[in-house]
Amino acid sequence: MKKSLGAVAAAAAIALSLSACGGASSTPSAEAKGEINYWLWDANQLPAYQQCAADFTKANPDIKVKITQRGWDDYWTTLTNGFVAGTAPDVFTDHLSKFPEYASKKQLLALDDAVQKDGVKLDVYNKGLADLWVGQDGKRYGLPKDWDTVAMFYNKKLVKDAGYTEEQLKNLDWNPQNGGSYEKAIAHLTVDKSGKRGDEAGFDKSKVAVYGLGLENSGSGQGQTQWSFLSATTGWTHTDKNPWGTKFNYDDPKLQETIKWWAGLADKGYMPKLETTVGASVSDAFGAGKAAINTNGSWMIGQYTSYKGVETGIAPTPKGPEGKRASMFNGLADSVWAGTKNPAASVKWVEYLASSACQDVVASKAVVFPAIKSSSEKAAAAFKAKGIDVTAFTTHVTDGTTFLFPIADKAAKVDGIMKPAMDAVVSGKKDASSLTDANGQVNSLFK
Amino acid sequence: MMTTLTKNPPAAAHKAPQRSNRGRGMAKLGDLRIALLFILPAMIGFVAFFLVPTIRGIYLSFTEYSVLGEPEWIGLKNYTSIFADELFWNAMAVTVQYVAINIGLQTVIALGLALLMHRVAKSTFVRGALLLPFLVANVIVALLWFWMLDYQLGIVNEIINWMGLPRIAFFGSEQWAIPTIAFVNVWRHMGYTALLIFAGLQSIPNHVYEVASLDGASPTRTFWSITMPLLRPVLALVLVVTVIGSFQVFDTVAVTTGGGPVNASRVIQMYIYQKAFGESDFGYASALSVILFVILALVAFIQMKFLKGNESDLD
Repeated sequence: MKKSLGAVAAAAAIALSLSACGGASSTPSAEAKGEINYWLWDANQLPAYQQCAADFTKANPDIKVKITQRGWDDYWTTLTNGFVAGTAPDVFTDHLSKFPEYASKKQLLALDDAVQKDGVKLDVYNKGLADLWVGQDGKRYGLPKDWDTVAMFYNKKLVKDAGYTEEQLKNLDWNPQNGGSYEKAIAHLTVDKSGKRGDEAGFDKSKVAVYGLGLENSGSGQGQTQWSFLSATTGWTHTDKNPWGTKFNYDDPKLQETIKWWAGLADKGYMPKLETTVGASVSDAFGAGKAAINTNGSWMIGQYTSYKGVETGIAPTPKGPEGKRASMFNGLADSVWAGTKNPAASVKWVEYLASSACQDVVASKAVVFPAIKSSSEKAAAAFKAKGIDVTAFTTHVTDGTTFLFPIADKAAKVDGIMKPAMDAVVSGKKDASSLTDANGQVNSLFK
Repeated sequence: MMTTLTKNPPAAAHKAPQRSNRGRGMAKLGDLRIALLFILPAMIGFVAFFLVPTIRGIYLSFTEYSVLGEPEWIGLKNYTSIFADELFWNAMAVTVQYVAINIGLQTVIALGLALLMHRVAKSTFVRGALLLPFLVANVIVALLWFWMLDYQLGIVNEIINWMGLPRIAFFGSEQWAIPTIAFVNVWRHMGYTALLIFAGLQSIPNHVYEVASLDGASPTRTFWSITMPLLRPVLALVLVVTVIGSFQVFDTVAVTTGGGPVNASRVIQMYIYQKAFGESDFGYASALSVILFVILALVAFIQMKFLKGNESDLD
């Protein structure tokens, strides 16, 4: 009996000491050491950040960074579940459409004190990028890591066969009435099965072999790579102010004309019908030679230039009615989860990710444009070394023709209304004027 | 001649052995203890993964709750909003359409397969092969068909195109989305459903069929007058289980259409998921779930009542 009691006591003592250990490590430590978890969604960027993590640990041997890559589709639900369950990563790649809600729900660590204490300079980043990550409460919730703009990817052979020069393609213009030389090019690049072009008599729009313009999807309420580069040239903006708009402008005739023109391309047979886009990705269809032009973001450069047997060129988006181009300017950042058990190490890692040491590494891999000005120039040079001319993307930044991604609260609910509404218009089921009704629903969310 | 079969209960009914009462009253307490012990694991699972979440779900349906933060009591507001929510009614209509196509097709095909297994295909290999689609995970099956039925690159559309017919946007067009999803799930579940019905067929005593053939009944007549009535309890169970499962279709939709195009395949579970995990409106999503729960309970009750699933003509 005595013996067993002793055993129990010993076991209890071990258990106590174990839990004591656990207790010590679970209280937030001021010291920057231990292991931190970092999440990102883009597999193409994983090698670059693994390199950053290795360099970081070399400089800070007490801190280890464990990187997990999760596809976009699961990323946000897993993250939200992690917030609730207490298993979210210490640091994660954040998106402008998601951070407002996380910030307002107090899931993000404000970085202001650290930025001030460690003297992080915010003017090294491309203009506007750092300001995007300040919440409605005036606090900073992320440090910029990269940016993206939109351009046209084109199939060089199909363009040449149509008798267009690449120079012509880089100087297209557009207006919502007749589509300008942009529509003329798209029409001419469209070919039916008997070889008739879209602008020739006898063109059969029910038997199209190559579409002038590819279609990804309706673009929901943002149209980042689908139509926002057109609508913005008419002076239209998504919201009354940006960031933190509370009134959306989908009822504006300027937008509705743009959408009407764009959706009309499918009607004319120059662009695939929306129903045919469920499934194979727009870029894969481009890779299969089924479309001559795709409008897409700079994060897709690697994808578009990797298709075997297709030579891809990149041209800037067309000039609008006032002679200027436009592109949405979106930027990602790294944020720290408010529930991290290791805030000091997490902040240190975020600052490293936002420094030129890491962003130069990312630049050298030529996958995206880092947020720091000097690093983006290095990225452009790295792309050039791979034989890819990316000026179509950078021109928006140098010419100042970017407009910021619309940051607003309740992004998911806005999307829940706008995706079906935009789908209905682009599929031809409803007229563009039906967006006025959707706009009313969206705006009632903010009342 | 045949009237004897239809009007009177099968001969076997009278021969059914009386249920034995032996052992009753002996060591009742001991039995109870052992019984409880055996029930306990299932009970724990039931309480932890069903009872508690259900009660909490019902509570949350009266709140506004975004997961991050505390639920806030708002009374019946979620329910009143749901009844005015066009998307909810659309989801119900879409779900019912799905269930009708899915269950209708699946039951008929499964019944046919079960009869074939019973009468013709006696090889274990063939019977096993029928079950194969069911052994593949739902999401994999959905993705597989999603690729095969793809508009531009799918093999099915390549064949359709080769035959000179216009391609079909199986998952992309509003008319085709729900029938396509229903078909994919019929393909996956028909083998399993057939197996359940097959088990029911085997419980029908052979001598009933012998008597029928002595009476000179045709196979069709035998099917409608013997097989179907005696299969009723099993069919009722199968229908209740498959209808409930069918109402909860989610994964196939989630990995293919995501509810689109427009709202054509936004089934109720997809809508619940969208509200909860997409829009962080867990209170509203809980209220939707409670409504679905009530509907399913009603459907199951009505089916059991009308199909008399808890009594057999064999007794």
